[in-house]
Amino acid sequence: MDFSLYILSILIWMPIVGGILLLVIGDDDDVQSSRSMLMRAVALGTTVLTFLVSIALYKWFDNSTAAMQFVERSSWIPAIDVWYYLGVDGISTPLILLTTFVTPLVIIAGWDSIKVRPAQYFAAFLILEGLMIGVFSALDGILFYVFWEAMLVPMFLIIGVWGGERRIYATLKFFLYTFLGSVLMLVAFIYLYGQTGSFDLFKFMNAPLDMTAQKLIFIAFLLAFAVKVPMFPVHTWLPDAHVEAPTGGSVILAAIMLKMGGYGFLRLSLPIVPDGSAYFSGLVITLSLIAVVYIGFVALMQKDMKKLIAYSSIAHMGFVTLGFFLLWSVGSGTGAGLGITGGMVQMVSHGLISGAMFLCVGVLYDRMHSRQIADYGGVANTMPKFAGFMVLFAMANAGLPGTSGFVGEFMVIIASFKANFWFAFLAATTLVLGAAYTLWMVKRVLYGEVANNNVAALKDLNQREFFVLTILAISVLAVGLWPAPLVDMMNVTIESLVQQIGHSKL
Amino acid sequence: MNLADYISAAPEMTLLGLICVVLIADLFVDDEHRVLTFWMSIATLGITIWTLLATAPVERVIVFDGSYVSDPLSQILKVTAVGFVALAFLYARDYLRTNDLHKGEFYVLGLFGLLGMMIMISANSLLTMYLGLETLALSLYTLVAFDRNNATSAEAAMKYFVLGAIASGALLYGISWIYGVTGTLKFDEIAAAIVADPSLNSLPLWFGLAFLIVGISFKFGAVPFHMWLPDVYQGARTPVTLYIASAPKLAALAFTLRILVDGLGGLHDVWADMIMVVAVLSLLVGNVIAIAQTNIKRMLGYSTIAHVGFILLAIFCGTDKGYAAALFYTLTYIVAAAGSFGIIILLSRRGFDAENLSDFKGLNARSPWFALMMMFLMFSLAGVPPFIGFFGKLNVIDAVLSSGYPGLAILMVLASVVGAFYYLRVIWYMYFEQGEDQAVLQASTDTRLVLSLNGVAVLALGIVPGWLWALCTQIALSIR
Repeated sequence: MDFSLYILSILIWMPIVGGILLLVIGDDDDVQSSRSMLMRAVALGTTVLTFLVSIALYKWFDNSTAAMQFVERSSWIPAIDVWYYLGVDGISTPLILLTTFVTPLVIIAGWDSIKVRPAQYFAAFLILEGLMIGVFSALDGILFYVFWEAMLVPMFLIIGVWGGERRIYATLKFFLYTFLGSVLMLVAFIYLYGQTGSFDLFKFMNAPLDMTAQKLIFIAFLLAFAVKVPMFPVHTWLPDAHVEAPTGGSVILAAIMLKMGGYGFLRLSLPIVPDGSAYFSGLVITLSLIAVVYIGFVALMQKDMKKLIAYSSIAHMGFVTLGFFLLWSVGSGTGAGLGITGGMVQMVSHGLISGAMFLCVGVLYDRMHSRQIADYGGVANTMPKFAGFMVLFAMANAGLPGTSGFVGEFMVIIASFKANFWFAFLAATTLVLGAAYTLWMVKRVLYGEVANNNVAALKDLNQREFFVLTILAISVLAVGLWPAPLVDMMNVTIESLVQQIGHSKL
Repeated sequence: MNLADYISAAPEMTLLGLICVVLIADLFVDDEHRVLTFWMSIATLGITIWTLLATAPVERVIVFDGSYVSDPLSQILKVTAVGFVALAFLYARDYLRTNDLHKGEFYVLGLFGLLGMMIMISANSLLTMYLGLETLALSLYTLVAFDRNNATSAEAAMKYFVLGAIASGALLYGISWIYGVTGTLKFDEIAAAIVADPSLNSLPLWFGLAFLIVGISFKFGAVPFHMWLPDVYQGARTPVTLYIASAPKLAALAFTLRILVDGLGGLHDVWADMIMVVAVLSLLVGNVIAIAQTNIKRMLGYSTIAHVGFILLAIFCGTDKGYAAALFYTLTYIVAAAGSFGIIILLSRRGFDAENLSDFKGLNARSPWFALMMMFLMFSLAGVPPFIGFFGKLNVIDAVLSSGYPGLAILMVLASVVGAFYYLRVIWYMYFEQGEDQAVLQASTDTRLVLSLNGVAVLALGIVPGWLWALCTQIALSIR
C-alpha cells in the first residue's frame, strides 16, 4: 500500500480518532495519576505524529505544478454526486502545515493549566485539528461545508466550557455569527449544483455563470468568509470570542480558524466567480483598508491585552483581504500575483505571531488571573526570559524586518503601490499603528517599576512554556529571514490562479 | 375480493389479531408482572414487521376494490412506524413503572394507534384514510389523558380532542365536496376524473381542497392549525409525547402525499400556494416562539412545527425531488425527535419529570455520555453537519432551489439560524452550567443501549447518508 496515496485522510482522521480515544480514556481529578498522564501522552503523541506526517506531505509536495496533489476520490452520496474528494495545492499545503504545527503547541501550553475535564478539552482540540485539515483539503462542496460547519462544534464547546466570565455570551455570538455567514454559502453551493449537476469544486470553477448569478454568489461567499476573517463591519464577534476563550482556544482561533476565511476567498470566491469578484473588489479593498486603519486605532485604546491582540488580528487580516483583491487594480503584468502571495505569507505569519502573542498573554494570565494591562508593569524585572520572547513577538507583530510579520506586509504594500498610491498610503499606516499599539502595550506591561506585589512575586517561564515559545520564536525568525521555501511552495499555484481569474466567465 | 387482497393487508390483519390477544392476555396479568404485556407488545411488533417484510410489494398493488394500496412508499413508512412504536414502548417502560402508570392499556392503545397509522399509510380512498385517521386520533386522545389524575394531561387531552374533532369535521366536509365534484372517493379515480374533464378543475373542487388542507395542516401541526401541539406535547406524559412526536408524523406524510399527489396531483398549482403559506408560517412561528420556551417539551413542540414547515416546503415543490426530500426529512427528523424525548425520559425519575430546560444543567458532569448523545441530537435538529439533520435540510433546499424559489431557500436557511439558538441553549445548559441536581441516572441496560444507538444513529446516518437518499429517491419515483 502506498502511504502517500492516503496521506490526507491520515492527516484528517488520525487526530479525530485520537480525540475519540481521549474521551474513552477520560480523566480523573488528580493531574499526576497514571490515567491523566496517559490521556495527556495520547493527546500529545497524536498531534506530534500528525505533525510528522505533515512533514512527509511537505517533503513529497511538488512545487512545480499547480495541479492538485495527493488526490483521493471516492463516491460518498451518489444520489447527488457528492464525493469524498481530497487534494492539496500550494495554497492549502502551507495552511495544513500551520495547523499541524500549532496544534501540538496548544496541547503543550494547556498541559496542566486546564483543571476542569481536561480529557474533553484535549479531545476537542484534536477533533478540531482533523476538521480544520479537512477544510483545507476538501475539493467537494458538500465535504467542504461539512468540515467547515462541524468545526464550529468543538470550538463552541471550547469557548463555552473553558472560557472566561462572559463565555456563554461570547460562544453563542461566535456560533450564530459564523453559522449565519455559512448557511448562505450552502445556498450558493446548492445553486451551483443545480447549474453543474455536481458538487465538484472544479466543475463549479468551469461553470459559465451570468453576471447577476456571479454577483449574488459572491455576496453569499463574502458573508461566509468575511465573518470568518473577520472583516469590518462583521468583526465584532472576534474580540468577545478571543477574550473569553481559554488560551488554547484563542491560539487556534487566531492562528488557524481566521485563515479559513482567507482560504475560502482563494479557493472559492476568486476562481468560481471571477467577474463577481472583480465587480466587488473595490468594496472589499475599502473594507480591508477600514479594518487596517480604523481597527488599528481601536486596538490602540484597549485596556485588555487579549482584546488588543484580537483587534490587531483584525487589522492584520485586513492586509490579507487587501492583498487578495488588489489583482484587478494592479492589472496584468508582473506583480499581479504579488498581492495574493503577500496575503498568503501574511496568513501564515499572522498564524505564528498571533498564536505566540496569545500564548504570552496566557503565560501571564495563568500566574495573575488578569488580562488588564493596568494590573501589570515592570514584568521584565521578574520574568526576564519571558520579556525577551514577548518583545520579539511584539516586534514581529509590528512588522519589523527580519521577522515573518514584515515579509507579507511588505509584499502587500508593494502590490498596493502598483495599484494606487492611496491604497498603499493607507495600508502603510499599519506600520505606524501596529508599532504604536503593540509596543505601547509591551512598554506598559513589561517595563517601568514593578507595579505591585503580585508582579514582584511572578515566576519566570517554566521549561514547558520556554520550549513552546522558543519553537515559535525560531519559526517567526525563520519565515522572516528565509521566506523562500514558503513562497516557492505556493508560487506556481498562485500564478495559475491568477491566470484562471483572468478568464472571464461571462 | 380474492386472496391477493388479503395478502396485501396481512400486516394490518395480523396486527389487529395480535392486539386482541394482548388485550385479553393483559386482563390476566397483575401489576407485578405487567412487563409481560410489554414483551407481548414487542413480540406483536416483531411479528408485524416480519409480516410486512414477507408480503413486501414489488410494485404498486391496489386491492379491496380500489380502497387500499400497497406500494414501496407504504412499505418503508410502515416498517419505520412499527420500529418507532417499539422504540417508544421501550423508552416508556421504565418511566411508567417508576411512576405507577404501568398499565396494559398504554401498550394496547399504542398498538391501536399504530394500526390507524398503517391504515392511513395504505389508504387509497378518502374514506379509508378517514377511518385510519380516526383510529389513530382516538388512540392518541386517550393516550394523552392516560394519567387521569394529572390536570395538565386532562386539559391537553380535552384541547386535543375538541380541536381534533373540529379538524375532522372540516376534513369530512372537504371530502364531501371532492366526492360531489368528481363522483368518487378513490385517489386514482379522482386523478383520472380531473384529467378526463379539465373543467372540474374549478372553484367547487378548490373549495373542497381548502378543507382537506386544513385537515392536513392540523394533523401535521402546521401554523395556523398548530394550537393543540405545544399544549399536547407539554401536557402529555413524556413517553406519550415521544409516541406522538415520532411515528404519527409518518402517517401524516402519507396522508399528505396520497391526497395531494396521488389524488389531486393535477391541482398542484392550486394547492402549492396554500401549502407554501402554511409552511412558511410554520417555519417562522415555530422557530421564533421556541426561543421563548423554558419547558423543553414545549420547546420541542414548537421545534416540531418548524420542522413541519420544512417537510411541507419540500412537498410544495411538487417534484419527485421534493417528495423524496420530504420522505427523507421525515424519516430522519423522527430519529432525532424520538431520541430527544428518550433523553428527557432518561433524566426523569419517580415523581419528577425533567421537563424544564434548567433540569439539563450540568448534565455533562453527571453523565458525559448521554450529554454527548443529547448534543448529537440537538445539533442534528439544528441542521449542523455532519449530523443527519443537515442532509435533510440540504435535500429540501436543493428541491426548493431546483424548482426555482431562491427566496424561499434563503428564508429557510435564515430560519434555521434562528432555530439554532434554542438547540444551542440545551447544549449550553448541559455543558456550560453547573447543576444542582446530582442524582444518578437510573435506567435499565436495554434502554441505555437503545438510547445510545439512537444518539449515535444521527451521527452515523450523517456520515453515510447515501443509501437512505437513494432509497427515498427511488420511492418518490413510485408515487402516482
